Amino acid sequence: MTTSKKPGLHRFALFTAGCTLLLLVAGALVTSNDAGLSVPDWPLSYGSLTPPMVGGIRYEHSHRLIASFVGLLTIVLAVWLWLREPRPWVRRLGLVALGAVIAQGVLGGLTVWFFLPVPISVAHASLAQLFFSTVISLALFTSRWWQSDLPQLDDSGAPRVRQLGLWSVAAIFLQLILGAALRHKGFGIVPHLAGAAVVTFLVFWTAAVLRRRFPESAVLARCRVLLHALLGFQLLLGGAAWWSRVAAREFPQPMPVMVWLTVAHTVVGALVLAGAVVVALVCFRILNPAREAALASHSEAAPLRLSR
Amino acid sequence: MRSPYSLYLVMAAALAFSLLSCGKKEETTEKAPAVTPAAAPVDLATVGSVSGTVKLDGPAPKPKKINMAAEPSCAAIHASSPAFDEEVVEGEGGTLANVVVYVKEGAGNRAFEPPKTPVTLDQKGCTYIPHVVALQASQPLDVINSDKTTHNIHPVPKNNREWNKSQPPGAPNIEEVFGREEVAIPVKCNVHPWMKSYIAVFKHPYFQVTKTNGSFELKNLPAGTYTIEAWHEKYGTTSQTVTLAAKESKTVSFVFKAASGD
Repeated sequence: MTTSKKPGLHRFALFTAGCTLLLLVAGALVTSNDAGLSVPDWPLSYGSLTPPMVGGIRYEHSHRLIASFVGLLTIVLAVWLWLREPRPWVRRLGLVALGAVIAQGVLGGLTVWFFLPVPISVAHASLAQLFFSTVISLALFTSRWWQSDLPQLDDSGAPRVRQLGLWSVAAIFLQLILGAALRHKGFGIVPHLAGAAVVTFLVFWTAAVLRRRFPESAVLARCRVLLHALLGFQLLLGGAAWWSRVAAREFPQPMPVMVWLTVAHTVVGALVLAGAVVVALVCFRILNPAREAALASHSEAAPLRLSR
Repeated sequence: MRSPYSLYLVMAAALAFSLLSCGKKEETTEKAPAVTPAAAPVDLATVGSVSGTVKLDGPAPKPKKINMAAEPSCAAIHASSPAFDEEVVEGEGGTLANVVVYVKEGAGNRAFEPPKTPVTLDQKGCTYIPHVVALQASQPLDVINSDKTTHNIHPVPKNNREWNKSQPPGAPNIEEVFGREEVAIPVKCNVHPWMKSYIAVFKHPYFQVTKTNGSFELKNLPAGTYTIEAWHEKYGTTSQTVTLAAKESKTVSFVFKAASGD
């Protein structure tokens, strides 16, 4: 495997991921404060780069400024990867991130031009989550840990942990789309609740399988804790956010408790997806499907076998 | 090591699938209403009227105070007299303001020339004045900004063209028209999310918005049978059928039931 161990690149990817998280907070604040159309024009704001920062304009224009900064960081990251990264697939992923951030900017503009149509608003919210996970993945791929020689574990159970990890990621992403559709009044609460049940089941299943098959792996133990902690926190936030929405419905303006709880629920949702992506990638990195197990076993409690 | 692109393919497919499942907002293009020749010209010598009051049965919800701290120029205006939401404005004896009373059926296919005089909607102290306006289709609506801050005016119609315009302090009035009948179009200012208003649009002149005393009068109605409807932003609609003879005036009352929990 041709690798590069460039701590500068890894730190820059981490910084970009941090700024993207801040951008998610800013975007969620726009939606929760119903400020999405407080600036009627795009790409400029009130025909300038420095509109009056009053009321909802503060949220919308701050979101645009942070988004521009993240776009700039992504350009630098993609160019840096292209010039210095020997692994072609990592270079290509840098370009994917760049394409995603450009598409995200265009979707944001379309939401303004077409008065927040539900499909475009949902696409804007969902692509934000995908972009964040992509940048987190780049930070993982450029890390020293990912590029070091790691002991390989045989996964001889069925279903494969890799598969479970992928299913979890897909379910969480679908759930985030349903959440975005709920926030943008495309769907009601029921699909989102059903999605929460499916995600909870899959995450618990994945974590349980990891514990049963690889009880001695410290890395996978951390993955289990990460999944449980993020999901548990997100479920609590989900309940609180819904309560606050119902309680604040009668008020003439968005109430701070509702705003911050819904923002937290949205942002932690992005962290849940990114966490699940990281766990799935770690499983791809250190778990090898044992060939014979595919033929013989359908049991989840397959014996532990270590290999390098 | 396998590249993890399969992960991204799965997520891209999920996004595409879900977006296809999401509801598509219906586009509406505004067209002027089809003008048909008057079925029978209104003879002003024989017209009658329907008048009455609108009341609320039960306690009105307590008005909620608006926090304008986010907009210091408006907060200063309301420093001595705080602003409250105008969702339910009750007068003495349970009379109800901001109710649109109008002829829903019975005006026939008469075509009425829209008045040239504009109806005004002012933004003052970060509130819309009046809270509910009614006008005829194609009658001009003048939006005024009397505040020292920027507003955006964003009507969200179902049957007319949606628009969203900014209006900085001192900017000229915005003149717009709505071509189709619609009761009622919510209007928002996304800069100041507490600002809400409604615009009711009719193809005839038989409508009125009640003041605090809850009274209304629909004048110049030719003899005939009419469905008179009352619309309120919180309590919805209620209607009655009235038959008018030539030169006859009738009185009707509308009563909305206060929602439980108010």
